[in-house]
Amino acid sequence: MTHRSDRTLDVRSLARVEGEGAMHVRVRDGAVDQVRLEIYEPPRFFEALLRGRRHTEPPDITARICGICPVAYQMSACAAIEDACGIEVGGSIAALRRLLYCGEWIESHVLHIYLLHAPDFLGYPSALDLAKDHRDLVERGLALKKAGNEIMELLGGRAIHPVNVRVGGFYRTPSPRELIPLRDRLRTALHQALDTVRWVAGFDFPDFQHDHELLALTTPGRYAIESGTIATTSRPGFTPQQFEEHVIEEHVPHSTALHAHLAGRGAYLTGPAARYTLNRQWLSPLAAQAATAAGLGADCRNPYRSIIVRAVETVYAVEEALRLIDEYEPPPQPYLDVPARAAVGYGATEAPRGILFHRYSLDADGLVTSARIVPPTSQNQAAIEDDLRRFVGARLDLDDERLTRECEQAIRNYDPCISCATHFLDLTVDRG
Amino acid sequence: MTSPGPTLAVWKFASCDGCQLTLLDCEDELLAVADRVHIAHFLEASRTIEPGPYDVSLVEGSITTAADVERIHRVRELSGAVVTIGACATAGGVQALRNFADIDEFTALVYARPDYISTLATSTPIAAHIDVDYELHGCPIDRRQLLEVITALLVGRKPNIPAHSVCFECKQRHNVCVVIAHGTPCLGPVTRAGCGALCPAHHRGCYGCFGPMETPNAAAQAGLLRATGMSEDDVVRAYRTFNTSAFIDLSQVTVGPPPAAGPYDVPGEPT
Repeated sequence: MTHRSDRTLDVRSLARVEGEGAMHVRVRDGAVDQVRLEIYEPPRFFEALLRGRRHTEPPDITARICGICPVAYQMSACAAIEDACGIEVGGSIAALRRLLYCGEWIESHVLHIYLLHAPDFLGYPSALDLAKDHRDLVERGLALKKAGNEIMELLGGRAIHPVNVRVGGFYRTPSPRELIPLRDRLRTALHQALDTVRWVAGFDFPDFQHDHELLALTTPGRYAIESGTIATTSRPGFTPQQFEEHVIEEHVPHSTALHAHLAGRGAYLTGPAARYTLNRQWLSPLAAQAATAAGLGADCRNPYRSIIVRAVETVYAVEEALRLIDEYEPPPQPYLDVPARAAVGYGATEAPRGILFHRYSLDADGLVTSARIVPPTSQNQAAIEDDLRRFVGARLDLDDERLTRECEQAIRNYDPCISCATHFLDLTVDRG
Repeated sequence: MTSPGPTLAVWKFASCDGCQLTLLDCEDELLAVADRVHIAHFLEASRTIEPGPYDVSLVEGSITTAADVERIHRVRELSGAVVTIGACATAGGVQALRNFADIDEFTALVYARPDYISTLATSTPIAAHIDVDYELHGCPIDRRQLLEVITALLVGRKPNIPAHSVCFECKQRHNVCVVIAHGTPCLGPVTRAGCGALCPAHHRGCYGCFGPMETPNAAAQAGLLRATGMSEDDVVRAYRTFNTSAFIDLSQVTVGPPPAAGPYDVPGEPT
């Protein structure tokens, strides 16, 4: 099968990604003719079924889009509905939201680093196989992941589809005393997170650079998570309200996900590498120091090194959670009243995989009349395909088995969440 | 992957991945489980896919495509025991809201090119297609209940999973009843226990994510909900969310008389 000028490579079921997808590569006359990420995750029609629901319901309903990042959905939904209703949530409630989101960043990033991605770099089919030889490493990852889940369980009731989030704030806010046990956990987690940065920094990273536009939320003074305006690497920024003027989605035949492009610029990437590149100055001193020691420069344009960025962001999220706990003062009320009004609202937050945009239209009775959700993986899909085309083109001398394995690893660089994007992978290389 | 013990396969259909993630969220138990169970097929965790048959299959997700109708029958043929996990697999999930709608209209609304989309008009539970040996409820399932089911299957006993209502768990947890004390609408009296009464513990009414308990009292619950001031539409919406098809009978008993004065004489606007 090697060295043929025409071939087809198929990865029929992509492993260690969230959701169901496949990859198809077609080679003609010794050159890559086509690369397609196929998302065959069945459509679930969230934007349609949200119509007619109360304005209080999207946080719980859209959480069900993704079991790995439900808090991202809850936070973007709350932001959009509060925007529609003209309510701004700040102070301690906003701080608790950021703390909950830190929990999700830790849980999701550590899941990806240890259970989904590291086995590729170390030559194991899974973290459970890795654990046979290096049980202590996997145990460290699981303990760190658990620290993130514990934040979510304490604040949200549970780690998957937390119950305590509502439009306007929380159903119940904790007393400062309730947060104390988290502090010891997080101090241990901080060491584990720093060890994780050192560990992944030692992996072997293939040379690969892209020049895609990068998009991330930005907030002066701190690393943007739960709010901000949208910054890009080469043009002026814009607000979540202007998102749809700048990001155009199109429907391609091979996917139940929609592909996003930046108007007039084409494919772009959102996610950890974009955040790091645009917001590095706002990392905590310890996280910035860990990034520098791990060899990250002013930007991150080698997708393989995104695993280091995830580890650095984990350090940041642990530290930030500790800071938020130390400074916590309970709000006077667990939530603000958010009376409905006929209006349109927009919300964007930084899910672990990148910008998650929501837009809702409400009627005067507070019922949703239309909804639009743009998850990070569908924003990234065009850029991922673009990178894979170049990646495969440089590796056509590999046999199908090896090429398939390397393509899978390359795809996992972007931590695609297919459940979210069904609106992802199985590799096929068609060599003619 | 993992030990030479009984083989486990994990399958995904239409879902959010949250229920299979629950297995990876067993941080303290995952490696011990992997020491005892041979995980032979778990795409989210491993690129090694061993051919069946499998002793136990955990199935997440609902059936929404013609291809998945075929696939679930293959899973049945390859599996000793089939355990469905979560509201999608046991009740069609939130995506079963399409069952009350026009799927062509849904597709046209979400996708610019509906002709690229292949989907069934309905989202149906796994048991509507194949024989299922055990159903574990919840949106998402509870980690402790998942470990209980895996442990029970390993030693060959019946899983100890309650079929009573969330109200029992509220009492065990010493929660204040949100209905009695605050007039908050709550599906707890008709909802299967298993979460540990999480919502009432957070001063919120249960929203039924574990689906109906055994023998729920539909009429009494309808009256209770209306007595808290919910409109008929609100009651229908409450039942038609994550366990739509399991709550279907209850959702049709929406107009009951407000319950007699007594323990259920809750504050709120009477109907």
